[in-house]
Amino acid sequence: MSKIIVMTSGKGGVGKTTSSAAFATGLALRGFKTVVIDFDVGLRNLDLVMGCERRVVFDFINVINGEAKLNQALIKDKRIENLYILPTSQTRDKDALTREGVEKVLNELSKEFDYILCDSPAGIERGALMSLYFADHAIIVTNPEVSSVRDSDRILGVLNSRSRRAEQGLEPVTQQLLLTRYDPERVERGEMLKVDDVLEILAIPLLGVIPESQAVLRASNVGMPVILDEVSNAGLAYSDAVGRFLGEDIEHRFVTPQKKGLFSRLLRRSA
Amino acid sequence: MSSASQVAERDAPFQLRGNSFTMMVLKVFAPTSPDFFTQLNVKVRQAPNFFRNAPVVLDFDDLPESIVFDLGAFVSQVQALHLLPVGFQGGPQPVREAAMTVGLTPMPSGRAAKLEEVVKAPDPRQQDPHQQGQTPIPAPQVLIEVVHRPTVVVTEPVRSGMRVYAEKTDLIVTSSVSPGAELLADGNIHVYGALRGRALAGFSGDGNARIFCHSLEAEVLSVAGNYRVSEDIGSDFYKKAVQVFLRDGVLSMDLLKTA
Repeated sequence: MSKIIVMTSGKGGVGKTTSSAAFATGLALRGFKTVVIDFDVGLRNLDLVMGCERRVVFDFINVINGEAKLNQALIKDKRIENLYILPTSQTRDKDALTREGVEKVLNELSKEFDYILCDSPAGIERGALMSLYFADHAIIVTNPEVSSVRDSDRILGVLNSRSRRAEQGLEPVTQQLLLTRYDPERVERGEMLKVDDVLEILAIPLLGVIPESQAVLRASNVGMPVILDEVSNAGLAYSDAVGRFLGEDIEHRFVTPQKKGLFSRLLRRSA
Repeated sequence: MSSASQVAERDAPFQLRGNSFTMMVLKVFAPTSPDFFTQLNVKVRQAPNFFRNAPVVLDFDDLPESIVFDLGAFVSQVQALHLLPVGFQGGPQPVREAAMTVGLTPMPSGRAAKLEEVVKAPDPRQQDPHQQGQTPIPAPQVLIEVVHRPTVVVTEPVRSGMRVYAEKTDLIVTSSVSPGAELLADGNIHVYGALRGRALAGFSGDGNARIFCHSLEAEVLSVAGNYRVSEDIGSDFYKKAVQVFLRDGVLSMDLLKTA
């Protein structure tokens, strides 16, 4: 039985696509057959972050419109077994996402895949609604700042009222928080919200804290999901989060500032 | 009710039913005062949406016996502020007569007591069987508003962008209310988590309604249109257990003392 996950946030630029790419890769690395779908019609990005932009012929919208078969649009990842990408169209807009069309594609995918990961666009309009409508589980991507927290709160309300599970009175969509771009030093200086502050407002379980890291931008520029960067904190944190998602008990790391040696302290002072 | 009479009821060109409405009462102390409409205008502008085209009953009870003023002009000036005078209560005889001529309905004086009397009109089902036997044709059906409306209870967090309205009753939220969420109740509002959004009690004008919360971090508090924004709440009450109510028509806050 396949599970549909939506990666959503309300606010833009918080790291949904980065997290979708990392998470899908992490699930595939652990042996689950996984597909990640780009719901951001018109602002196609996932293929870039996954490094398969030059292999896109047909897309999600072509499949919805019956212009291509699902197998023609699915792109198999070159690095990892079991990982597939369903890119979206850059030339259409969100109106191309019909509920029936999305449902048809998801039904077909669920016959084959263990996990279907939907990368939601920002906002609470059609694209975001379609990406979360069929979800069984939601990962809420939030940055430690008030506007992001408020938008995440809004999207949680939308999940609780406008998802298929809510509309049909089924078990509610399960929800977990992924706190991204977390900078423990800035938190300590009071420039960012603490993990606890965010949890207090959103009141959902914490899946992981991804530290602010230069590795993220570096990875997305070369089209490599950051989880594959095994020396970066961000990569390790994503890997932990995937483990927790699968039920493993892993302690949270990277939430407190790293102890500084005398040398770096001196450097900082002279800077 | 038998199906035959139901059919008859449906075919009838009208239906007569009892209903109760919440209306504002405008107590008139000094209608000739030069400041009367300036001050009323200030009040109305505090919550223009709340007051727009709101029906009001003019209360002349406190007018001096000897007062002389142009009631027609007075009513049109009230209307100019987008209030709709629909009736009046009390007042010296000449004023009452003048009010009738401009088309205002005389309302029974007094509030709570009279209202209850209306609500407690005899239930036909509880009538003496004797009497029922004597009246084979059922009297025109009068539907009576239920006195007690069940309180609305919310146990899930009220998220940003959500709006909960407890119509004609109280609202209880057992979890937190996020910034950007809105609670509305015609009665009282209780929040047992943190209140971070907006809370508007006495939404239809009940000045006796109150807001109770465990941790006051609200964006806006309002009782019967008297509101306060978070800037004006003050650090003494921030994150404290607080009740909010009208004290002599002014929105006030008190710390809730816990034993």
